[in-house]
Amino acid sequence: MPMLLRLCVAGVAACLFAGSALAAQEEPKRGGTLTYMIPADAPPSLDGHREGTFATLHATAPFYSVLIRINPQNPSSTTDFVCDLCTEMPKPTDDGKIYTFKLNPAVMFHDGTKLTSADVKSSWDHIIHPPEGILSPRESWYMMVDKVEAPDPETVVFRLKFATNAFLPALADPFAYIYKAETLAKDPHWYEKNVLGSGPFKFADYETGQSISGVRNPNYYHPGLPYLDGFKAVFADKQATRVDAVRSDRAAIEFRGLPPAARDELKRVLGDRITVQESDWNCGSLVTPNAKRKPFDDVRVRRALTLAIDRWHGVPALSKVADVHTVGGIVFPASPLAATKEELEQLAGFWPDIEKSRAEARRLLKEAGAENLSFELLNRNVDQPYKYVGTWLVDEWSKIGLHVTQRMVPTGPWLEAMRRGEFDVVSQANCRSVPNPLLDVQPYLPASVFTANYGQFEDPEEVALYNRMLRETDVAKERALMREFEKRVIDTEAHELWIVWWYRIVPYRSYVKGWTISPSHFINQDLATIWLDK
Amino acid sequence: MYRYIISRVLLVFPTLIGAAALVFLLMRLIPGDICLVRLGSGGTSFSAQALAACHAEIGIDRPWIVQFLEFLWGLARFDFGTSMWSGKPVVVEIATRFPVSLEVAILATVIAVALAIPLGTISALRQNSWIDLVVRTFSIAGLATPSFWLGIVSILIVLDVTQVISGHPWMPPIDYVPLWKDPLRNLSIVILPAATIGYRYAAVSMRMTRSAMLEVLREDYIRTARAKGLLRRVIINRHALKNAMLPVVTVIGIEFAFLIGGLVVTEQVFNLNGIGRLMVLSVQNQDYTLTQALVMLVVTIAVLSNLVVDLLYAWLDPRIALA
Amino acid sequence: MTVADPTSTTLTAIPDDHGMVRRGAIPAVLRFVRRQPVGTLGIALVLFFGLAGIFADFLAPYNPTANDFAAMTEAPSWAHWLGTDQLGRDLLSRILFGARTAFIVGLTSALVGGFSGLVLGVASAYFGGRIDLWLQRVLDIVISFPLIIMALAVVSIFGTGVHNVIAAITIPLIPRCSRVVRSSALAIRAVPYVDAARALGYGHMRIILCHMVPNVIAPFLVIITASVGQAILAEASLSYLGLGVQEPVPAWGLMLQGGAEEYATTAPWIAIFPGLAIMLTVFGINLFGDALRDVLDPKLRDR
Repeated sequence: MPMLLRLCVAGVAACLFAGSALAAQEEPKRGGTLTYMIPADAPPSLDGHREGTFATLHATAPFYSVLIRINPQNPSSTTDFVCDLCTEMPKPTDDGKIYTFKLNPAVMFHDGTKLTSADVKSSWDHIIHPPEGILSPRESWYMMVDKVEAPDPETVVFRLKFATNAFLPALADPFAYIYKAETLAKDPHWYEKNVLGSGPFKFADYETGQSISGVRNPNYYHPGLPYLDGFKAVFADKQATRVDAVRSDRAAIEFRGLPPAARDELKRVLGDRITVQESDWNCGSLVTPNAKRKPFDDVRVRRALTLAIDRWHGVPALSKVADVHTVGGIVFPASPLAATKEELEQLAGFWPDIEKSRAEARRLLKEAGAENLSFELLNRNVDQPYKYVGTWLVDEWSKIGLHVTQRMVPTGPWLEAMRRGEFDVVSQANCRSVPNPLLDVQPYLPASVFTANYGQFEDPEEVALYNRMLRETDVAKERALMREFEKRVIDTEAHELWIVWWYRIVPYRSYVKGWTISPSHFINQDLATIWLDK
Repeated sequence: MYRYIISRVLLVFPTLIGAAALVFLLMRLIPGDICLVRLGSGGTSFSAQALAACHAEIGIDRPWIVQFLEFLWGLARFDFGTSMWSGKPVVVEIATRFPVSLEVAILATVIAVALAIPLGTISALRQNSWIDLVVRTFSIAGLATPSFWLGIVSILIVLDVTQVISGHPWMPPIDYVPLWKDPLRNLSIVILPAATIGYRYAAVSMRMTRSAMLEVLREDYIRTARAKGLLRRVIINRHALKNAMLPVVTVIGIEFAFLIGGLVVTEQVFNLNGIGRLMVLSVQNQDYTLTQALVMLVVTIAVLSNLVVDLLYAWLDPRIALA
Repeated sequence: MTVADPTSTTLTAIPDDHGMVRRGAIPAVLRFVRRQPVGTLGIALVLFFGLAGIFADFLAPYNPTANDFAAMTEAPSWAHWLGTDQLGRDLLSRILFGARTAFIVGLTSALVGGFSGLVLGVASAYFGGRIDLWLQRVLDIVISFPLIIMALAVVSIFGTGVHNVIAAITIPLIPRCSRVVRSSALAIRAVPYVDAARALGYGHMRIILCHMVPNVIAPFLVIITASVGQAILAEASLSYLGLGVQEPVPAWGLMLQGGAEEYATTAPWIAIFPGLAIMLTVFGINLFGDALRDVLDPKLRDR
């Protein structure tokens, strides 16, 4: 099936909107200041290498350049990578183990100094091999990288330990800002509180806890960009505030995504003054049983839990109130590695006949001696979509005679309970940036490999399967291995219960042009191509 | 008298130390910690070493008693340390948020006093009339409405009304500017939150004004004044109102301290970057140093206003000091 | 009496003999209704919601926790008198069961907080000296401590069950109640008969129970009534901050949180009815409290 068609099947709406955006190619207007909301409280630091929260990214991405990125013209693609600082996407050599990048020689930092390969190398070293006392949350993504070299000022070479399809998408990580080598060497913590990049906007002001603003970088190396004179981003954790702000035009857009009710409200009151873009989101909800607690050590009980959930009928209804949409397996639906509907229907919990599925669930429970089981679902006290999904699941499980109570706790206690294994079954999410299935499924590996897996299980066979898949560069074979892996994780072993993919809905003021939605709110946030039709 | 004042002032310290111990303990009893929140909420894998390194960096791996003594020693020197979340000095974090909270609090007090004293007085003077009934209903309703609810509804009403009138929905600006920079913009931001807090505050003070007025109007000297044929206005202004003010001022003073607590919810509703929201945030992030400092600030304000009220009473009624 | 002269109205309204009624129960009720029409309205409101909560199992047309995806965010109709919420749950049923939660939270917090306050207040006033001094310092700490920290700690450590929310709300009520009781008890303590009783060799328990408690019972009942309303409001505020009762338990505060704000303009009934329920109940409790004060304490009448 052609790539584009597959995309359309996965996210019809996204294609429709992307199509119409392409059709209406208008001459961009220059000038103006974009005000947008960041749906979070201010992040702990401004350092993209150190933080994992989008709050840091949405606040600082416009100030920085990256080596490569998802094509900003085609951000819904999962495979279309283009250069930002480099001049041409390289063909790997040495059986896919060496990537050589030539850098654009015209790039200047905002302080007027030239950006060279030394800056790129030291920035990536900061991420991949952080010095003592420096935190790099995405360090494990780059386990394939042996070293980064800068043979001359305009060349950067990545040498890999083994060839893998996971490398390029990982390299396109939007958090991988290029910092100035000199500054990093002087104080590796400097970027936590300061900004100095080479991106489309220069840092203007940071009002602690409230807003951050930037002004146009006149020396930006992508000719003609950016269109805006400047931007102002305002932090607002409360959804009502953000929706009200867009409604009253205090802000034009919020890039992360709003639930369906907010879209409907804005559309209803403002009509075509509001434009909506929607896309499947590279984030999803999952449920992890605690394999150290009885009776969840019994695979039959874990399978019964997933068999009881009527995803095909429940999700379309749930999608009217929660930001969830597509029923899928563990791979992002628009990725070439994702399961087709036919493949999916073979997996436990995705059977087309829910009655048959629930009968099997009851049979398994009876066999395991766990009929009328009562347990607690640990959940995070966040509305979208944790609370909705959790409340829905409790109801679904009641249909096979399970008595489930929900325990909602704030983020800290939720993480601590998971880490200590003090839960029966926990509701979680897996939210990633650039779709990179090989890394995105890492969290389903046992804790001995992926420390943030809290399922308390060991499964050497699963790990071996994963390692084979990681090193497989032939896409067809890789896909077959992924099917095997998927079946093991959510069916035969049922270590995880994959529930549903989220849905990104961005309603915004129609005068905002030049922005296209992507499968992740981490991608494409440098604002360079945005312009205002006012 | 001096003995009383000194002993009363000295009693402030055990309360403050007790509150310090309580917040210190409570924060550490909450499962999880700031490192976990920061490393884990993105869902990425992190090693035990990274967690330990983070603990060591902010010093929460040391024994509790060491941390507590350090906290007390810091308090004694007015050194509150740095926020564990942002790494900035706690004083800076609080100082940037304090003006907006203070402004809302003061404005709410002004609104409350402006409503409570005239309405409470009229209500008392016309006891059991329809005005009295309306005022009392208004004030009891103020005590019965959740203030966050009032806030949400008032924003929606403003949005809807402006949309109907002009076709362009309007709401107050979302980024705070200080009063001296742009007074009009500033006032349009703080007026709604101040009004929602002020309503509840007014309700309490109105009831107090009314009952204090009633009490005073029954005193012999007012009856005497009336018997002497003094003008009604003179009686009310010079005698009754003046004497009824003490309990009213007391209530206003005590409520002002509690107001800070009311700010917690209201600042959430209106997305104000004040110390109430900072407190919610610091507790959620399990930022021990910042939370401790904020709690000590709130407790100190409450304790000091109590102290002032007590001393005021002792000064007015010397029997208290002797007891 | 001339209406034009408000001071004379005030003067003639000075109470004379509004003591406790000693005759039969029905005349007493009638007398209360006649004397306290507003208080009666308060009691009626409280009874209305109280009975709704008690008989929720029989009154509620639907299961309050069952999702119905075929009927999400439906406007009020014959099938759903008050409409449905974002998960298709019947609002009327949730409000009826919510009344139960509200009264459980309100009454338990008020009673536990009130009685603890009573014991501490009376003991503090009776024994005086160091006990009084240190007890008051402890209560000072609690009363000035921000509720949200206390609530977050309780909820994080013990989880978000109804009983934990009650604990979080009760703790700050204790010192408030204790202060009111203590100040009344101090006045009694100063009266010579307490010392006389002591001189006659009566035990502490006997003096406290027979002489002090009866004399502080009036302000105690008044504050306990007010506390019920405060507790219901506190539950709503905690829910708003995500620290109250949790889904899917039907509770008014919870119903005002999250979804209600999200649907405030597209499906306003989701937010309006629970809000009204809270307002009317607390309003009723406050009216009742005022009336109760008038009846119990003639001196305070007309305040």
